[in-house]
Amino acid sequence: MAMGGRTVTVAGRAAGADPAAAEEVGRDRRPTLAVWKFASCDGCQLTLLNCEAELLALADRVRVAYFPEATRAAVAGPYDLSLVEGSITTAEDAERIQQVRAQSRILVTLGACATAGGIQALRNLADVAELAAAAYPRPDRLAFLARSTPIASHVTVDHELHGCPIDRGQLLEVVAAVLQGRAPRIPSGSVCTECKRRGTVCVAVADGLPCLGPVTRAGCGAICPAHHRGCYGCFGPQDTPNGRSLASLLGAAGMAPTDVVRAFRTFNAGAEPFRTATGPALPTSVPDAAGGRP
Amino acid sequence: MAGPAILAPSGLQALLDVLRARGYRVLGPQVRDGAIVLAELADAAALPVGVGDAQAPGRYRLRDGEPDRVFGFATTAQSPKAVLFPPDELLWRGRRTADGFSIEPVAPADEPDHRPVAVLGVRGCDVAAIGIHDRVLLGRAHVDAHYAARREEAFLVAVTCSAPGGTCFCASVGTGPRPRAGSDLVLTELTEPHRFLVEATTAAGEAVLAELPTAPATADDLAAADALVEAATAQMGRSLRTDDLHELLPASAESPRWAAIAERCLACTNCTAVCPTCFCTGVEDASDLTGDLDERHRVWDSCFSLPYSYIHGGAVRTWTASRYRQWLTHKLASWQDQFGTSGCVGCGRCITWCPAGIDLTAEVATIRELAEAHDAVAAASDGDVLGGHR
Repeated sequence: MAMGGRTVTVAGRAAGADPAAAEEVGRDRRPTLAVWKFASCDGCQLTLLNCEAELLALADRVRVAYFPEATRAAVAGPYDLSLVEGSITTAEDAERIQQVRAQSRILVTLGACATAGGIQALRNLADVAELAAAAYPRPDRLAFLARSTPIASHVTVDHELHGCPIDRGQLLEVVAAVLQGRAPRIPSGSVCTECKRRGTVCVAVADGLPCLGPVTRAGCGAICPAHHRGCYGCFGPQDTPNGRSLASLLGAAGMAPTDVVRAFRTFNAGAEPFRTATGPALPTSVPDAAGGRP
Repeated sequence: MAGPAILAPSGLQALLDVLRARGYRVLGPQVRDGAIVLAELADAAALPVGVGDAQAPGRYRLRDGEPDRVFGFATTAQSPKAVLFPPDELLWRGRRTADGFSIEPVAPADEPDHRPVAVLGVRGCDVAAIGIHDRVLLGRAHVDAHYAARREEAFLVAVTCSAPGGTCFCASVGTGPRPRAGSDLVLTELTEPHRFLVEATTAAGEAVLAELPTAPATADDLAAADALVEAATAQMGRSLRTDDLHELLPASAESPRWAAIAERCLACTNCTAVCPTCFCTGVEDASDLTGDLDERHRVWDSCFSLPYSYIHGGAVRTWTASRYRQWLTHKLASWQDQFGTSGCVGCGRCITWCPAGIDLTAEVATIRELAEAHDAVAAASDGDVLGGHR
């Protein structure tokens, strides 16, 4: 792709203001960006390519050094900014993330997999051997860890972007913040704050829809309730979640206990407040985990 | 001022037309997404005729109201707060220049639709809430310029509440059901025959009233309005005893009730967002990718959020109980010290729109019972054995 071999213009004004600019021609001083994938679906890193209107401005400001979804060109580290997608599910990945960290000045994790272990962390609550036997004809050929864990369980993470997938605006915000050396504006409160700010009528109160908004972290702009659907918690727990209260409210509203467990155990099943919201008394295994596959 | 007048139901369209002709962006109650909300209104046919609401802790449903009744519901889902004090307001833009940076102030007049606002159907509770905002945002050393610009131009058409809901308690806090001073016109919807009693309370209201097709009100009309107010007062779903709150709540700082509330409280901030008097905001700076453009926004914040109490080293109120205590104690007690009134107008929205259905009136009553029981024990043991509750 164009970005890899692009002739670089250092941001015009800065180059013009620098008497030594002539000597800089051809030398790229943009911060380098690397995008890394671990156990994940690629949806979060593709959010970067979905920033269509901002891509040129972004390419002006960062040098895409490693991003296999976008370019085969690869520049060796170290990197100024690493975006990391996916969870750690194998011994090899547990080693590789250490190398990524060592080569990265700032490391930002992207999405529910990288920040909470992802939907694959459902295995953490079940018998992994049993799941593998149900899903694969030769489970003996698999090599994986018993648990899917977030990146922050392995290395120091500078910023986390939540969601399944992440929000495009938040991604641009964190990149801008890193480039400018400031703190990113990443809200940690509930999705309800965003519903009320945009004037969405509460789907839980006015319509009795099950909604995880009160316990879920803001950042998506409260998309689902705006389309008359309950929040399904893809951004994971807000900073002070009261999962037990919400679980009991869902139960009181008529939701079956198994369904309440399932509501909390989707993309962020590995996040402690969601995992424990339904309490140890309720089933912890994954019902019908093998039933959906032929 | 001219006396009270009678407006026929068809006159509501005339009212909308007069306001729009005067340049107002008129907002009025309409059914949207399963609730009655404030939205731009050009056609009186869009008003929620015959629609009522059923409100209970954590529950709101539309219901069939009295046929033909235009204002036969309790409260709109959001108060006019979101109109006069928007949830996200651009304060200024900063641009990088060749030799530094420039600041461009932004005012409400710079917005694409900067017509002054007229709100139709404001209940007594919400009129009182706007009065409180006037005191908080305009009545102190530093006037909130953006609020001032919107408020000064705004035109409020209040409506006497005829259908208080299950979570309403304006009668016990003295803000309704008949709207107190603060609006420009007051409508009271009368039946048999269907008509509106209209009273102008400001010069602007007088001028609008003069353009409406009205007839003078009779003593019977006024008596019918009084009867309606009396009936509505008797229908309040809840009540709040207020005389002791200034002392009760600060003295109950260590009440065991706060922890019990925190078991249920979701710290979701819905109560403060729907409260027509909560005015806390945060300031957020957002620079774009180039770093050449920066915007400063003021956004609604809440004492129920963790970062709200962040000071050097961390947040002070990490426990949800401490946040609920802060909110209730400020709203009902220390607000009096700060602004000379209670911060609660009895609209009941914090009860209805709390997903957990936490009822402020019930919690105050429980806190009072616990304090009285505590005092009785202390008195019986002739001293301070329980460690200075008061």
